[in-house]
Amino acid sequence: MQLLAAAAEPSNLIFARFQMALSLGWHIVVACLGVGFPPVILIAEALGLRRGDTVHRGLARRWARAAAVLFAVGAVSGTILSFEMGILWPGLMGGYGSVFGLPFALEGFAFFIEAIFIGIYLYGWDRLSPRRHLLTGMPVVVAGVLSAFFVVCANSWMNDPQGFRLVGGRAVDPDPIAAMFNPATPVQTTHMILAAIMVTGFAVAAVHAVGLLGGRRGPGQRAAFLIPFHRRRPLHPGADRRRRRGGAPRRRPPAGEAGGMEAQVPTEVGADEHVGGIIVDGRLRGALIIPHGLSLLLTGTTHARVPGLDAVPADQRPPANVVHLAFDLMVGTGFALLALGGWLGLAWWRRRDLPRSRWFLRAAVAAGPAAVAAMEAGWVTTEVGRQPWIVYRVLRTADAVNTAPGLAIGLFVLIAVYTLLTACTVYVLRRLGPVASS
Amino acid sequence: MAQTVLVFLWAGITAYVLFGGADFGAGLWDLVAGGAESGARQRARIEHSIGPVWEANHVWLIFALVVVWTAFPSAFAAIMATLSVPLTAVAFGVILRGSAFAFRKSVTEPALRRLFGAAFALSSVVTPFFLGAATGAIASGRVPTRVGAGDVLRSWLNPSGVLGGVLAVGVCSYLAAVYLCADARRAGEDDLAEGFRRRAVLMGALVGVVALAGIAVLHQDAPRLFGRLTGVALPVIFASAALGLASLVLLAVRRYVAVRVTAALAVTAVLWGWAVGQYPMLLGTHLDIGEAAAPEAVLRPLIAVLAGGTALLVPSLLLLYGMFQSEPGDEVAV
Repeated sequence: MQLLAAAAEPSNLIFARFQMALSLGWHIVVACLGVGFPPVILIAEALGLRRGDTVHRGLARRWARAAAVLFAVGAVSGTILSFEMGILWPGLMGGYGSVFGLPFALEGFAFFIEAIFIGIYLYGWDRLSPRRHLLTGMPVVVAGVLSAFFVVCANSWMNDPQGFRLVGGRAVDPDPIAAMFNPATPVQTTHMILAAIMVTGFAVAAVHAVGLLGGRRGPGQRAAFLIPFHRRRPLHPGADRRRRRGGAPRRRPPAGEAGGMEAQVPTEVGADEHVGGIIVDGRLRGALIIPHGLSLLLTGTTHARVPGLDAVPADQRPPANVVHLAFDLMVGTGFALLALGGWLGLAWWRRRDLPRSRWFLRAAVAAGPAAVAAMEAGWVTTEVGRQPWIVYRVLRTADAVNTAPGLAIGLFVLIAVYTLLTACTVYVLRRLGPVASS
Repeated sequence: MAQTVLVFLWAGITAYVLFGGADFGAGLWDLVAGGAESGARQRARIEHSIGPVWEANHVWLIFALVVVWTAFPSAFAAIMATLSVPLTAVAFGVILRGSAFAFRKSVTEPALRRLFGAAFALSSVVTPFFLGAATGAIASGRVPTRVGAGDVLRSWLNPSGVLGGVLAVGVCSYLAAVYLCADARRAGEDDLAEGFRRRAVLMGALVGVVALAGIAVLHQDAPRLFGRLTGVALPVIFASAALGLASLVLLAVRRYVAVRVTAALAVTAVLWGWAVGQYPMLLGTHLDIGEAAAPEAVLRPLIAVLAGGTALLVPSLLLLYGMFQSEPGDEVAV
């Protein structure tokens, strides 16, 4: 068995990374909806309560049925992640679990409050007065945002680790508070929470844009489109500006990641901004070039020195093409979504109505998957950009992975289970769809 | 200070077994409820009982994981690395159980409901089995401290592991049957209550027999645990047996609310008896608390979080249970 374990090691890293990527990449979508959907539902319910109309209350109630499915798959797909932290990365948890465990403990309680009040909210429609029922939804919103905050605190620590000393390769003198509030925390947490709200807004609006395109033009359908679409609009520029600033969702991006995001191969003064393109043999090809743009974006002056990939030893560089293209996809999609929001804003300002063009609705349909893609691309930028480190410049991913045999089987079962889970979730949500738009 | 964290942890694991465990057990009764027609009312009762609460009850599992990895990181890494097979099975079981349950609630076609129902019910049996098997592996000292030194199959595929798995399934279904008696009677479904009562008695007796036989298994397979269970932990084991017998009597006289308390206490006594039996070794026979515990600088804020979180959690849970332990239209104490 020992021999087998040693033989399994190099490929274990690949299996473990794919397993983590698939389960986390799946969970992050439903987790975003878990953060962003409750406020959308509560706004509809509150509007119904204030105006005394049944359209909004009915809408909230029908949305809640979809949310019930999403919360359930979100809860269970989140649980597997806690298992995987240990099953796949015992080197990370054994060595550093106590350093960055505190935000997870806090997240545990936030998740408790969320789950308890979701139960009360979803099953309490006929047991509570309308006002009380609305109130029981409030803790769900607060706890949802808080759990996103806590869990991203832990992730930002992996990108900008602090709160311990390394002695002989072991972490000593842990300071969990300092670890939790590391320099990457404020930007990464805000960025993620705004992204969650953006994803929900566009995804829910896209579903109802399909309905509007199909000719369902009742007041319910219109509200169903407008509430989520509008609600993320004031937030969106903030999210976008944040991701533009230095092109990085954090204050001090790992050097390899910054070079990777911008496909900046050599360290240079007055670096150009690259949009798109692929690095082949150490040279970027096919990119749209904005002269001195990168130096300007990062520092505000056109002649600043920008460290490139060459500033990082070759064995510590992330796969730059993946990071660069993912980053550009995120930023590009972000701008397109911003423009779509501007279109609606203009029409609303002039006529208090949706834009008349059917192309607006078609774009709104596309915006749902696009927002999800942008969010996933941002997550790929962060996670792949940190490679080959699991804790930046402290612990290599290859040194954290479980050496036990059998991780490959785990990955194959996971692929089968998640394929099935995706199919069933989509199927069940689509079945709720016609009800929700009737 | 590590002891304080352990008390919180063990209280959380106890809550998971008493509440989350019963949700799993309800799945077993769903599995054996009979055909789509004849079992429909039982399944509706089960769905009604666990629907609002299962997600909250499930969080205890996550709670236990994060507390272990923060306070006893080396124990966490050792357990997860060696027991990767049963614990991966648990993770998949959790996914299947929760999502299939939610999917079944959201569809109406009989064929689909049957399919999702079967997935829900089967995973409700498989998940506690593997959790119990992992427990047996830890209790019998088969998880080495050094990551990568354990045997991923033989650590849990052994008498203690199988005993742990069978006991876990038995305890879950016993608790579920006991709790469902009162739920069914409150809803005016006395015939269902009778059915659950018969099952509770049967399961209670079975679990008792398995537990007794289990002591013989431990004598061979986990001598340290056996020695302590029949030594220092003996009063707790006797208390558990007495509470188990009292529960059978209460079931016989249909005191459904009282039996909830005694059955839950009997299971609690088993869990705490095991804890006493293993103390102070986190991995059954080795890795004592002092070696494994994180430094005080970690434990102090963790205890603050646990205390503050509990203060928020307990009233919220009482609100949840209070609300759904009454039928709609009853006075709701909110």
